[in-house]
Amino acid sequence: MTGADLYIVLLAMIGGAIRVSTPFMFVALGECLTEKSGRINLGHEGNLVLGAMVAYAVSFMTGSPWLGVLAAGGAGLVLGAMHGWICALPRVNDIAVGIAFMSFGTGLAFFFGKSFIQPSAPGLEAIGLGDWTGNSAIAQALQVNPLFLVGIALAVFLSWALANTRWGLILRMTGDSAASARAMGVNIDLVRLLATAVGGLLAGIGGAFLSLYYPGSWNEGLSSGQGLMAVALVIFARWDPIRCVWAALLFGAAGALGPSLQSIGISQGYYFFNAAPYILTLFIMIASARSKSAASDAPGELSIVK
Amino acid sequence: MNALSPTTLRAPSLQTEGMTKIFGPLVALDDVSIDIKAGSFHALLGENGAGKSTLVKCIMGFYHADKGKLRLDGAEVAVASPRDARAHGIGMVYQQFTLVPCLTAAENLVISRADAPAVIDWKREMPKLQAFMERMPFRVPLDRRVASLSAGEKQKLEILKLLYLEQRFLILDEPTSVLTPGEADEVLGLLGDMARRGDVTVLMISHKFREVKAFCDSFTVLRRGQLTGSGDAQIATVAEMSAMMIGDTPIRERSARSARHEDRTVLELNALYADDAEGRPAIHAVDLKVKAGEIVGIAGVSGNGQSALVEVLSGQRPLKDGRLFINGKPFEPTRKDFDRFKVFGLPEEPLKNAAVPRMSVAENIAFRSYDKPPISSLGWWLSPGPLRRKGEDLIDRYKVKTASPDSPIESLSGGNVQRAILARELSGEVDVLIVANPCFGLDFASVAEIRTQIMEQRNRGAAVLLVSEDLDEVLELSDRVAVMSGGSITYVAPIGETDRNTIGKHMAGH
Repeated sequence: MTGADLYIVLLAMIGGAIRVSTPFMFVALGECLTEKSGRINLGHEGNLVLGAMVAYAVSFMTGSPWLGVLAAGGAGLVLGAMHGWICALPRVNDIAVGIAFMSFGTGLAFFFGKSFIQPSAPGLEAIGLGDWTGNSAIAQALQVNPLFLVGIALAVFLSWALANTRWGLILRMTGDSAASARAMGVNIDLVRLLATAVGGLLAGIGGAFLSLYYPGSWNEGLSSGQGLMAVALVIFARWDPIRCVWAALLFGAAGALGPSLQSIGISQGYYFFNAAPYILTLFIMIASARSKSAASDAPGELSIVK
Repeated sequence: MNALSPTTLRAPSLQTEGMTKIFGPLVALDDVSIDIKAGSFHALLGENGAGKSTLVKCIMGFYHADKGKLRLDGAEVAVASPRDARAHGIGMVYQQFTLVPCLTAAENLVISRADAPAVIDWKREMPKLQAFMERMPFRVPLDRRVASLSAGEKQKLEILKLLYLEQRFLILDEPTSVLTPGEADEVLGLLGDMARRGDVTVLMISHKFREVKAFCDSFTVLRRGQLTGSGDAQIATVAEMSAMMIGDTPIRERSARSARHEDRTVLELNALYADDAEGRPAIHAVDLKVKAGEIVGIAGVSGNGQSALVEVLSGQRPLKDGRLFINGKPFEPTRKDFDRFKVFGLPEEPLKNAAVPRMSVAENIAFRSYDKPPISSLGWWLSPGPLRRKGEDLIDRYKVKTASPDSPIESLSGGNVQRAILARELSGEVDVLIVANPCFGLDFASVAEIRTQIMEQRNRGAAVLLVSEDLDEVLELSDRVAVMSGGSITYVAPIGETDRNTIGKHMAGH
């Protein structure tokens, strides 16, 4: 591999990180918000796939991809709110409900999405942040979707809001010590319902990115487990929205490894490199399970921590 | 926010009149009238289940009294919920902390306010909080996460929170159980000063007569839901107060300490190290020897490594480094060695640590013997008959009150669970006994009985290691006292050569 090749691979990976990371980022931020309230929603894979389908269908029918994004958020919101409501019932386990919602969301999407596999819907336009350089490789890598920027702004906002608003403090309190929250008259179930619903909305928007930008079409193999990986990512990011963005970029870069190696003609082990995000997930889970600081940053009410 | 400016807020007086609370067949509170004067430091005494917390929960609005009135400064008030209590300036410090561990002290204070702003401007709030701290008799670092504060600091912050919320009637539920004697005296002394200045009125639930005598000026005693006495805490004697608490329940005579005749080391802990769940050192270079016929009591404030030490000795926590010896032979905390060296234990919270709550009393009693004849044959066949007979026999001998040997052990009262465990652990021959907070949460009669049993084992020649957060228990039972602080044993002395003050200083880490 020459220096030029390395440059191409790195640039392609940066471009890939920006492109591939966005759904990870949205699901991770949604999951982060949900887990900060003391609940785990494993159903985000369902939100992601249903969001992708709904966004594609709405964009196809109305011709407006942004309406599709809104509709995807709405679908995610409904799924999240249902999860939050069911988990508030006595003796209901959030992990089991999450797994049920994973199947429910994807099943729903496959059922209603059959007729949208063929037609082509208008997608989201990217902003060419690198066009001024005149270098086509850089311009290609810095094709940034507005949702990527929205995701980063959202992470900054969440991080600020968790420390500087009453809602943020109440959310963290509910997630860390339900007894204290109850003693202060906080309606725990309501806080968790809202957090799970908004978390679901974010995951739905993440799905819209999949079908409307990259890969940019609707089919049943679209997500291939990204919604689940994002849950691992939140643990890796130790429940911090800003770190969620970095972790999403890392996962995105890992996902771009296979295609970027292929672009310089290395196609051996293509499938192996494509599996990089999954391998990364595995190692991250092992590493973070052994990490001592992860345990102290975890919200105290999470069922996996208790 | 003008906390503690005496011109605007004064300590209120509080009375209950004929307070009654009935839970199904149980009269938890029977026509209780108490009178707490403004600016007094009032003790509420009583055994477990006497109705103290029911009374306090009625005052706080957690329970709705079936009958009775509550007066604040002479005027009748209706408290339907904890929120109402707060609006009337009545606040409570619970035994379990209500601070949020992941928030800082400052965040905990601000969010506890009913009028916490939607967006918190920390540049404005911090100076205000600092100014509030300046006026307080004790301080806590504002920018640290509560999870990293010591138990004493947390307790102080709980009290500061009530004052920050301008609550002038403070209810404290056994506030000193997590503090060193020094910290306890400091906190109670300062609260006493505030009460005398007329800033606050304090109602303290307590078990410790020493604190009641030292800091309180009036008291009320409850027994089985009824008021059995009240008066001036400085005039009434401890004997009078305890008589009101226990009533005429006969208490088993404590067994006397017999003179020691052996000087043989049985249990030896040699440079023990172990980590806590997060990988930080929990115990550190612990060396200790316990002789035959000796009780070594380990005192210390909760969370200084005592529970980790007991877990290491009972095989619940891996040892990182160090050796254990019994009679000079290496000992591994496994079932085989427990049997071989006759090591037995009474852990704290026996229902959690020494029993399977949903298994029957007889089965729980058989845990040490189910794999031996006569219960087991061929090493694997379990016979329910002998198991049940052994259970019945021990239930009888140790006076365990249970509906039947087949009832689940979780249906028993705390004292009876502890008795069932005693029956299992102490009915055979005991060489080493490891005991942790054996009397926590038990009534007077059970406490006396359990301490007697421990003393009898000592007199029979067992080496006893007693870990207790109750300094009085350590002082009563021990032949030698050790203090654990910061994960190490920092002090060891024969009981005759030490006193409460010296031990307290070492507990505080000095």
